[in-house]
Amino acid sequence: MAVKEEGDTSQQGKKSRSRLILRLGALLVAHSGLVSVVCCAAGIIAFILLPVLANNTYISENALMPGSADPAFSSQEVLDANRLTMDILNRGAAKASGIEIAKLLREYIVAVGAESYYHKFVPRANKFHPLHFFSSTTDNLDLPANPSCGSFILNAVGIIRAPRGDGKETIVLVTPYNSQNTTYSDAVSLGIGFSIFSLLSHVTWLAKDIVWLAADSRYGEYTTVDSWLKDYHGPAFPGETSRIVDDACFEENNSDSLDHIKVEGHNSYVYKRAGTMAAALVLKVVDKKEEERDSLSIYAEASNGQMPNLDLINIAHYLAVHRQGLRVKIGSIIYFLKASWVKLLGEMLQHITTLAKRLNPKWKFDITSADYVEGTATLASSIYYQALGVPTGSHGAFRNYQVDAVTLEFSPRSSLNNENVRSAFLLKTGRLIEGVIRSVNNLLEKFHQSFFLYFLTAPHKYVSVGIYMIPFGILIAPLPIVAAALFSSNNGSSNKDGSWKWLQAAKVVFLIHLWAMITSLLPYVLLQLPLGTPSSFASAWAAVAICFLLITYLILWSSSIDCGWELLKSVMIVAAAIGLSLMSVINFSTAQIGAMLIVPMCLLVKPARKQTQGVFAKALMLTSNLALLVVAFPPAALLIAKTLFGASGNIDIGDFWEWAQILWSWNSATYMYLLWIHLPCWVLCLNIFLYPCIGSSSKA
Amino acid sequence: MAALCRRFTGFHFLLVLVSLSISSLVFGDWIGDDEGEQFTEELLLKPLPDRKVLAHFHFQSTAHPSPDSGHHHHLFPKAIAQLIWNRAPCDAVGHFMVQKFQIRDLELSFTQGRWNYENWGGSDPISSTNAKPPGVELWATFNVPVVEIDTTWKNLTHALSGLFCSSINFLESSTSYTTPSFVFGLNVSNIRYGALPREAVCTENLTPWLKLLPCRDKAGLATLLDRPSIYKGYYHSQKLRLTSTKLSGIILEQTLTIVLQPNIQRNSAHSLLDGAIQPSWSISSMFKRNLTGSCVLARTSRILVELEKNIVSKLEELGHGGSWSNSLLDLSPNPFRVIKEVNPFPEESNSILFEYVNSKEYEPLDVGIKWKLPFVWSSPHAPFHASRFLMGSGTERGSIAISLQSTKSDEYFRSKSNECRMQAVVFQVVPWYVKVYYHTLQIFIDQKLQNLSDVIEKIRVTPSEDKKLPGTLELVLGYPCTVQSVALTLDFDKGFLHIHEYPPDANQGFDIPSALVTFPNLHSSRIYIGDDSSVHSPLLLKFQEKNVVLSYTEVLLVPFTTPDFSMPYNVITFTCTVLALYFGSLLNVLRRRIGEEERLMRSKDANKRGLIPSIVSKITSKLRGMPGSKPLLIFAVVLSVLFHYIVN
Repeated sequence: MAVKEEGDTSQQGKKSRSRLILRLGALLVAHSGLVSVVCCAAGIIAFILLPVLANNTYISENALMPGSADPAFSSQEVLDANRLTMDILNRGAAKASGIEIAKLLREYIVAVGAESYYHKFVPRANKFHPLHFFSSTTDNLDLPANPSCGSFILNAVGIIRAPRGDGKETIVLVTPYNSQNTTYSDAVSLGIGFSIFSLLSHVTWLAKDIVWLAADSRYGEYTTVDSWLKDYHGPAFPGETSRIVDDACFEENNSDSLDHIKVEGHNSYVYKRAGTMAAALVLKVVDKKEEERDSLSIYAEASNGQMPNLDLINIAHYLAVHRQGLRVKIGSIIYFLKASWVKLLGEMLQHITTLAKRLNPKWKFDITSADYVEGTATLASSIYYQALGVPTGSHGAFRNYQVDAVTLEFSPRSSLNNENVRSAFLLKTGRLIEGVIRSVNNLLEKFHQSFFLYFLTAPHKYVSVGIYMIPFGILIAPLPIVAAALFSSNNGSSNKDGSWKWLQAAKVVFLIHLWAMITSLLPYVLLQLPLGTPSSFASAWAAVAICFLLITYLILWSSSIDCGWELLKSVMIVAAAIGLSLMSVINFSTAQIGAMLIVPMCLLVKPARKQTQGVFAKALMLTSNLALLVVAFPPAALLIAKTLFGASGNIDIGDFWEWAQILWSWNSATYMYLLWIHLPCWVLCLNIFLYPCIGSSSKA
Repeated sequence: MAALCRRFTGFHFLLVLVSLSISSLVFGDWIGDDEGEQFTEELLLKPLPDRKVLAHFHFQSTAHPSPDSGHHHHLFPKAIAQLIWNRAPCDAVGHFMVQKFQIRDLELSFTQGRWNYENWGGSDPISSTNAKPPGVELWATFNVPVVEIDTTWKNLTHALSGLFCSSINFLESSTSYTTPSFVFGLNVSNIRYGALPREAVCTENLTPWLKLLPCRDKAGLATLLDRPSIYKGYYHSQKLRLTSTKLSGIILEQTLTIVLQPNIQRNSAHSLLDGAIQPSWSISSMFKRNLTGSCVLARTSRILVELEKNIVSKLEELGHGGSWSNSLLDLSPNPFRVIKEVNPFPEESNSILFEYVNSKEYEPLDVGIKWKLPFVWSSPHAPFHASRFLMGSGTERGSIAISLQSTKSDEYFRSKSNECRMQAVVFQVVPWYVKVYYHTLQIFIDQKLQNLSDVIEKIRVTPSEDKKLPGTLELVLGYPCTVQSVALTLDFDKGFLHIHEYPPDANQGFDIPSALVTFPNLHSSRIYIGDDSSVHSPLLLKFQEKNVVLSYTEVLLVPFTTPDFSMPYNVITFTCTVLALYFGSLLNVLRRRIGEEERLMRSKDANKRGLIPSIVSKITSKLRGMPGSKPLLIFAVVLSVLFHYIVN
């Protein structure tokens, strides 16, 4: 609208003065070049400054009261954990059938006096669902006709009903383990899970039920947890899938089971539920040596950059640091920790902030160089995992059901085989988990007080949505301005065709977007074909896509499009701006990374044949255009990132196929962004760059 | 007689008075007599399979059938009597005030915790009458004309909420109670049912309940009610049951059912695995109080210890039929009497009751069981275990599923042939904001979708009405006894609420009260030998009543979309902004003179400069003290806001 108004004003000229806001708009449009340079630079600088702008986290929900009660987890529970660990290792070594551990766990759960059952399912491969990107896929399981015993996964589940609670809410504990290849750390994590479960079975303060899922992660822990959750929220009526294969597979084992199992053996496969989930914790022990202290790694990213409530991370961090003395780590990208330019930037910022502090002591932008480097590396990993849209652990499955969940991964200081080290480690981790559960148990409402949209720059520092949207906004602000400028200049110069010429350009843009959409759905067709390797899939995909593109161009050619490249560029920029703003709502990180690539490309792109004054300027324009076009091409960007972050190995065309496969199998919106917004934009930019003639009477 | 009173006018008033005085003369000796009003107290103790102990207090007060005793009662609590027939004298105009609450039947329960149907039994008299849903449940039948029932119910909820210090008055709103037609027997249209699942239960509800007892908790069995120990239990249900008939008068039953965990020194899990010896307990160890003497006003005061039939069969196996001191367990002290159940199936064992009479004033009666051998048994289950859960996620829609899972433990069915048909009545009340689509009802039997008409014998649906009526579903299912599982699902949409309709803690979600599943062709009645003794025990009489086996399902929590409750603040700021803009532009328009402006513009265009020089010139003019123009002002404001933002 502003564009139209602007056109009107330029036409009407000096007849009457328009309102201030329009005049300001006109001013911006008139100086669009300057504005876009300033905005882009400001956007990127502000983005780089995010680690400086991060705030300290705080516990927003008062009801959580972390650490206000003394932990009851004692050496008794450590003994329990040790006993189970030993039992698992002994039994697991004796029989490798995969269900021994589940049986053992159930015995322990029953002995504690809690309800328990087996959850059983057949893992299925993720398929390409073109229309399932935003729906949590709850398709009914159709059993294979004759499933074999080995393909089933058996999880032991225990439920503690809160003695005085009303059973409306639950807290879920998940301990993944691999039943085929049970490592020592798997056994220890099961031990911790059980010791906490047995502690909670006799505490008096429980208000929410506790569900402990010992997830057999033979085929991936996410699959297991997700299938359990699907049954929890779906019509898994008692004894549905189980009975069919039950008797065939487990007959021989039932005979030697203990008496008390027999007491309630008849309903051990009946799926039991326990109310709405309040929060979930995934516990893991990893046996990688830490330098100084036992450490806790928190993983929180779920699919499509969804995060759990910040309060959940806060209580885990608070209890780990201030109560149990653990080192809390959050994933960081090592490249940024080592890169010298980041260090240099950090030192510069340190000088600037000290200077700023001297000017006004109230300003709190106080950051040391080391902090900045670490913050940047953590922020980068935070953005990377959110942008990828792939969950970083089985906690991601909970987010599909609006349950806040985190993975807590513990790693000890030295080897767990040492008795003393292990009991100290178990005591710390057990108390931490007890504290977290107790805090969540205190919660009357579900998590809603704190942030859901944030980046972490350190375990105790976050950048909230209110801050990180500003650089993005500044970055994409020039897009509509430049579009308006191009439109008005084009309309002003050639007045003879009327103002409907942009429709032609819009047609081109629309067709290219249509092509991109078809390309994005191609894998669904390709997967039906018997193509063997990923590389053949990838080449077929590329070939078909290019064919379609050529057909699109033929159609465009035949319909004799007549519009200048300025109009085309202006419509393309508008489409890109709309796409980016939509994407920033769906998955901000993807939009941010995409914007950093697309926006300069869109703004700078010009036909290669366009005459400009000066050889130097022309060369500069050409090289920058070429460089941006290369960098913004998704496969090229992937390759560059791969080489930059030191992932060695030969590059195969099949990698792209696998990469895309990961994205769609996790229902990542990034796939959609890349193929619906980024790719058409890139193709259009290429089109403009290779534009045949410069005049307004050109053909596409 | 009370019902007649309403029709009487002033003239008849005298007649009534006369008749009243006559009746009081006639029955005068009744009132003072024990037969007229009596009070009994009983306590049933029962070991439960999961190392817990059930304690069931049963206090019963009866009052004279005639309402004429009016305000004068010896034992019967006056507050309750007034609930039944509260007669006010004539008012000034001469009309009789209608008796306040013509209650025929009333049951009010306050419950904390959930009854564990799997471990604590599902088909015995205790579970079918005293297992209640969490929170408050109230139902009542009235003796008043249909049009007056709703107002009577409303007044009743207020009276009860005052009496028991709780929020029963929330049941007053028509969105929270309903009229079941066939779940609670045959009485149609004069029954009202309501439940408050979120009501917390605490001592403040127990104290007024105890005040209804003639000895309160100062003497008798009620002295055992040590608050910390009874509220530490796993289940706590305090119930008040009121029946009034013309024949028997008012019967007030007050029961308190608690499940306690006797103190055990906690062993590790492994030792639990090895030897599952039950914890020994006694009254003094469980309640932390000693029982000395009965309430002197009580006609009987006794303690019963029940051993379930599965224990008894084990005892019989070991060769000590009804003995209380044997190799398995030791009951101390020696019981006064042994009461045995008579079972329709002679080959099976029956439960045994050991009776103690609580009369000694100086020596505490410390009944207890000492276990000697590890022993595991199971409680009698209901034929089907009912559970309910939500399906789906998100804040838009979902479905409620009720599943009945065969417990397969009941020999009762195995003995029956294939044509045996099971009946189950499902009663489900859903608040209006959960918009249930009743046409989506699907019934699965053994995972197979059934034709509804084959399974449903009778159905009654009252669809919800926004902000007026809750939805009610009453359903009689008929299916073969051999069925393994029955499941029914109902889809619903989550409604949008007005901001003031959200309850406190709206972010927790909304509760759907427990559904009730009854099995009308199963009864939990028991027959005891030694009838003359049991006649005087209201508790045993209660056990012999034909009670339908029933079970309550879980309360469900439905997460709803909640607005940002700080929104009013945002709305205020937004409206203020809009108002400010409106008045600003209005004043601007009023102040303007268009002709003059155009002239000004024309003169300005003559010496037009670029925008930046003109701004510069304006700034300089501002500096010189000239009145600044509007754009400059806005520019300055924007600058200052930006500066302010950066500084903060």
